[in-house]
Amino acid sequence: MRLLKLVPDNTNIGFVSLRYWAFGLTAFLSLAAVALVGVRGLNFGVDFVGGLMIEAKFEQPPELDAVRHNIDALHVGEASLQQFGSKNTVSIRLPLPHSTDEGATNTLIRKVQASLGAQYPGVVFNKADTVSGKVSDELIRNGIVAVILAMVAIALFGWFRFEWQFGVSTFVAILHDVLMTLGFFAITRLEVDLNIVAAVLTIVGYSINDKIVIDDRIRENLRKYRQMDIHALIDLSVNETLPRTVMTSLTILLALGSLLIFGGEVLRGFTAAMMLGVVVGTYSSIYVSSSLLITLGIGARRTVDTPAGPRGNAERVSGPRV
Amino acid sequence: MLDFPRWKILWIIALLTFGVVLALPSLMPEATQARIPVVSLMPRFNLGLDLSGGSHLLLEADTADLARQELQKKEEEVRTEMRRGTPQIDIGDISTAGGDLSFFVRDVAQLDAAVERARTLTNAVGVTGQRDWNVAVVDSTRIVMTPSKAGLAKATEDAMKVATEVVRKRIDELGTREPTIVREGSQRILVQVPGLQNPEALKSLLGKTAKLDFKLVDVDADPAAVAAGRAPVGDQIFPFANDGRGGNRGGTGNLAVKRLGGISGDELIDAKLAYDQQNQPVVSINFNGSGTRKFARLTQENVGKPFAMILDNQVLSAPRINEPILGGQAQISGSFTVDSANELAIALRSGKLPVALKVIEERTVGPQLGQDSIRAGTIASAIAAVAVIVFMFVTYGRFGGYANLAVVINIFVILGVMAILGATLTLPGIAGFVLTIGTAVDANVLINERIREERRRGRSIIQSVELGYKEASRTIFEANVTHAISGVVMLMLGSGPVKGFAVVLLIGIATSVFTAVTFTRMLVAIWLRHARPSEIHI
Repeated sequence: MRLLKLVPDNTNIGFVSLRYWAFGLTAFLSLAAVALVGVRGLNFGVDFVGGLMIEAKFEQPPELDAVRHNIDALHVGEASLQQFGSKNTVSIRLPLPHSTDEGATNTLIRKVQASLGAQYPGVVFNKADTVSGKVSDELIRNGIVAVILAMVAIALFGWFRFEWQFGVSTFVAILHDVLMTLGFFAITRLEVDLNIVAAVLTIVGYSINDKIVIDDRIRENLRKYRQMDIHALIDLSVNETLPRTVMTSLTILLALGSLLIFGGEVLRGFTAAMMLGVVVGTYSSIYVSSSLLITLGIGARRTVDTPAGPRGNAERVSGPRV
Repeated sequence: MLDFPRWKILWIIALLTFGVVLALPSLMPEATQARIPVVSLMPRFNLGLDLSGGSHLLLEADTADLARQELQKKEEEVRTEMRRGTPQIDIGDISTAGGDLSFFVRDVAQLDAAVERARTLTNAVGVTGQRDWNVAVVDSTRIVMTPSKAGLAKATEDAMKVATEVVRKRIDELGTREPTIVREGSQRILVQVPGLQNPEALKSLLGKTAKLDFKLVDVDADPAAVAAGRAPVGDQIFPFANDGRGGNRGGTGNLAVKRLGGISGDELIDAKLAYDQQNQPVVSINFNGSGTRKFARLTQENVGKPFAMILDNQVLSAPRINEPILGGQAQISGSFTVDSANELAIALRSGKLPVALKVIEERTVGPQLGQDSIRAGTIASAIAAVAVIVFMFVTYGRFGGYANLAVVINIFVILGVMAILGATLTLPGIAGFVLTIGTAVDANVLINERIREERRRGRSIIQSVELGYKEASRTIFEANVTHAISGVVMLMLGSGPVKGFAVVLLIGIATSVFTAVTFTRMLVAIWLRHARPSEIHI
């Protein structure tokens, strides 16, 4: 049986020689992402800005203007509408009523539901969220703290387990991944809610996973080939792990792709973010974190390092032997 | 490395079988679960509200209200203590403005004694020797009592303990199934009720502190002063309650009642919905022994006079006492509907809330959406699993097959562990599953690629497999630790759905190391030992 090999044996792509182009592109994309987020802003859901959200599923895709008109007639504040998926489902966002009465939000929800129900018989209300400003402030703060904490903790791990250069390069690469993800949300205007925080943290986790594998190989090769030029050594390490990088990225993309297509409306933004994260994370493993190691001067001291173990004299063999 | 003694093999198989068996009850339909006695006793994981449908409420204690109550209580205590002790200390000009309690001691000679007595009303908090109130003398004549931070924190803690129990009792009375009621932080309670579609009744029930008082109406009070909100000496003023239909219950404007000599709702032992002679819904209550005696005395001494029933500082009604009530039973009237009377009865039965609670977050998910999400999630997971399995098999042949077996078992083991922990499966949790399928095979990809590499370097089959597992294991460990770091952060800081995702992710990381590394190594070892292949296709 012939097995599939995505990356041919002894692939040797000169990743490192392209690194200045890659740094330029990375810097440009990161700045563009920051600018995009600054200019267009993010479409925060009620989780993060507070307010009231009702999700309605219509029998036919409704005219958004007609729905807006219907709600405007109730004078309950400015409604923002968003369709998703099959266009049958519309999320309606409203500001919270200015009342401390416990029943006020329910009265408001009922009013909107009754009014829409009269105009569109058969409409089903799937979901209603009310988040006060106090809670939404906390949720957004916790979300930001969580992402930063995860990044710092992981960078520290990289530092302790390897060398400080690994920690720094990993941190920069993850920062790039997070910025890309935010830029993606600024462009697509997909709603940023609590689930997206989980998606971002997963991207951080995955991206790290990918970098650790390559870093681990670089460390191993640093001990093995003590005389090899650092450029060649990093190219070798990236190329050696390339089959694994491609294979793992593809399996995860396969799994996420199935979730994107069949997983339903609620998870769509979440899944899209993670797929983007896998691609961006893979790119940054190769171009940002590994190449950055050279700039940071990894391996400068290695000739005075502790002597290599028994694996030290392992040679590199070309061509498959039977 | 590839040496697997029989006992080790048996252990691994037993452990995995145990995990898979634990997962099964949660996957059976409810009817089947109930029929098999063993299954009904086994632990199950829960479905989050986003999958089961239902209501989620986050309640927060009104600490300002609590501080006000504490201040009022302390004022009563100080008045009593100064009057009751010997010699009696004459105090005046009591003020509770600005969150402090301050009063004037008329006789300067008694100032030290007054401070002494005020100090006896404070308690030590915690182990640091701090007290719940600080007593100080200002301008040589005034005593100022300030609640300390630790004192307020303790008051909040005590109130929240009671409040959580009261909330639990009230929700239990609604007869919903398996509600979740947990404290969150120092002053919040999270309530989740699966299946509840309209949280309105629940909210209005939880919104009631249910502080009930019976007080005599002061019939001599000046109506103009009362209307303006000025209480005559020894009186308190309460507004009439809103009846929810634009009018007021029982009367309009304010009512002046005597501050002292009333009976509080604390002495109730039961409250239930009943109907009066006009067939109007009322709440029938029973007092305990001392309450019965007090109520009998109050009604005996005041026949013909009106008394007010005050709930949460609003007057429900002020009926006239027609005859002494000696049996300890009374009816609370005040234009109730059947629902509102029943709600009040529940609130009274479950005791009063020591602090007002406000709803600060509310989420409702319809049952249809949850069902759709479960179906979509299951289909997506199945397709993802099949796609990954085919891909792995095409790429690594037999070794891919072993990895696939490990992944499938891993899915069940994760569910089994979730069942033991009583964890909650949420919609992002399902996404976590799909992601785990993807990342679990990463371990096998690492191992298999390493074996390929070692074969290319010309090592023997056994050596390649051994080195492949050994070298890859270190990488797998490091990669999983970092992945787990982000999972732990999510678990600590995430709320609701994010937590559900983190739980699956963390359990998946732990179990996948076992299935993807230990279990597949065992399978490979057994195969190598029995087949003794001269070549491996990988």
